[in-house]
Amino acid sequence: MEGQELPCVLIDCIGGKHGVYEDHAEFLKERFCLITMKEYLENKNFLGKKIRAIYMWYHKPVINEELLQSLPNLKIVASSGVGIDHLDLNLLSSYGVKVSNTPFIVSTDTADLGMALMLASSRRLVEGHQMAISPDTEYFPANWLGAEVSGATLGIIGMGTIGYKVAERAKAFEMKILYHNRKQRNKEEECAVGATYCKKMDDLLQQADFVMLAVNLTPQTHKLIGKRELQLMKPTAILINISRGLVVDQDALVEALQNKVIKAAALDVTYPEPLPRDHPLLKLKNVVITPHIGSATVKTRHLMKENMTESIQAGLAGLPIPNEVLL
Amino acid sequence: MDIGEELPGLLVNEIGGMHGILHDHVEFLKKHFCLITIKEFLENKKNMSKKVQAVYLWWHKPVIDRDLLQSLPNLKVIANSGVGMDHLDLKLVASFGVKMANAPCAVSSSTADTGMALLLASARRLVEGYHVAVSPSTEYYEADFLGVEVTGATLGILGMGSIGYKIALRAKAFEMKILYHNRTRRKEQEEQAVGASYCEKIEDLLCQADFVMVVVSLTPQTHKLIGKREMELMKPTATLINISRGAVVDQEALVIALRAGVIRAAALDVTYPEPLPRSPSHLLLFLRSTAGGLSGTQPVGSGDASPTAPGLHVCVKLL
Repeated sequence: MEGQELPCVLIDCIGGKHGVYEDHAEFLKERFCLITMKEYLENKNFLGKKIRAIYMWYHKPVINEELLQSLPNLKIVASSGVGIDHLDLNLLSSYGVKVSNTPFIVSTDTADLGMALMLASSRRLVEGHQMAISPDTEYFPANWLGAEVSGATLGIIGMGTIGYKVAERAKAFEMKILYHNRKQRNKEEECAVGATYCKKMDDLLQQADFVMLAVNLTPQTHKLIGKRELQLMKPTAILINISRGLVVDQDALVEALQNKVIKAAALDVTYPEPLPRDHPLLKLKNVVITPHIGSATVKTRHLMKENMTESIQAGLAGLPIPNEVLL
Repeated sequence: MDIGEELPGLLVNEIGGMHGILHDHVEFLKKHFCLITIKEFLENKKNMSKKVQAVYLWWHKPVIDRDLLQSLPNLKVIANSGVGMDHLDLKLVASFGVKMANAPCAVSSSTADTGMALLLASARRLVEGYHVAVSPSTEYYEADFLGVEVTGATLGILGMGSIGYKIALRAKAFEMKILYHNRTRRKEQEEQAVGASYCEKIEDLLCQADFVMVVVSLTPQTHKLIGKREMELMKPTATLINISRGAVVDQEALVIALRAGVIRAAALDVTYPEPLPRSPSHLLLFLRSTAGGLSGTQPVGSGDASPTAPGLHVCVKLL
């Protein structure tokens, strides 16, 4: 592109807490003129008109009406990850701004993490590790046991791309697979993973040894799992959440875990993230929490960056946008 | 069994306690056997010794030595929980005309699950992540807390017995490329069923694998199978997972390799000894996730909570 300026893309910052990774920034700078929020705020009048796209990494920069009003040439927002619950799609649409996410890239890593959490929780891996390295450990007690994953019943709530990949993996552990979804999958898809549809979520909850949440967060799935649902679960069951913290009624979960209504929980997501440091979930022995690392692998993050770049380039060229999020 | 006949005497180490028979299991055993603990046996050797027809080894106890074998004239069979037999003198037992049995199939699924659990936990830095999530000093989640991919990665399985094969079955579902090394090559159909490629030379496996899973039985040939040389052949981005026996890995060499970043990480369900000494000289305990990472676990390999664990049935049937 001799002589042409690179298109200006707004990012939050490079490096630091939630910034674009240094090694990703190099790649992006070859294709875009990156403008950080700091640079933009220092020179709003000049830079506001130049910005044509926003590269949203870890939900930053935050997009509100004020920002949209000051970016008259903004065409597209590319958001990292699959979740879009942090975006006001109606607002963006009203300004004629298109949105893209990275839905498929994250699926295998997130499914892998779901399996990792299920195995870690059932076999008490974190506790076991602590026992193995604790200064007080003199011997390994014979009656220190976990629960079997192989051959157990897994109930998947939300059988989208991620849920289905979980089913594919669980099948190899000879698990019996039940699933609940807005729509039933077709017969071939069900047969391929040996999954049985539960039209009523209650049926799934009553039978499952492991309940895996793989839904997206919408007004309908907000607090999908509450006191009632937890009580329907077996007292030996384990809840695994790889969706969003708000899909579970956290207070009800704490109560259920404290009263042994369910056996344990493994959560990659909470609300908020991180939890306040005095939150009861942090102290419960039967809870494993991970810091929202569902898609956190080196390879996947590179692929995300590439996908987002493609979406921005297509959006700016007026071409069909890969991974566009439609209202 | 006719009414009036006594149940055969089964010698056990103890019930409950550190390494004893699980309380949940006792009811089941008492239906088939007259349980005699070592304490009861020693207190009343004269009467008890002739009654004992079988020994039920749980967590390698009671210890089987010449003295014990000599004092059990009617001993027919020893049933060992789990699959490893490296703690037994098989020749000695055979010389007394006593049969030996273990419980290989019962443990294979659980142990394969453990192998996968360790692989996934290490790759995704689960234990570290947990500590970040619950640490009092955590104010935010770092955006660059990244692990390595499991799906599509290369898994090298050392030892393709029933446990190794079950691992291959599971890994296949993660679209992993599977290499294996074994004393004997498996049949073509078995290889194809899991998409596994045979590496006649262990070196070929070591230099290609992203994850090396050690699933051999401990024998004089596999003692320190993985040492300095083998770890140097591994990729610097590779993870070593051990679900066999601690002695299969040269532990001192492992510490050096982890500290120097020769390999990325290790995840161990077994060490030598178990537990590892708590002293500062036992460096494996003190390695944190800087260069390599360590996910030590106590041997949960085949520990399942179900009161009628399959291993139990297998041991009983053999008597």
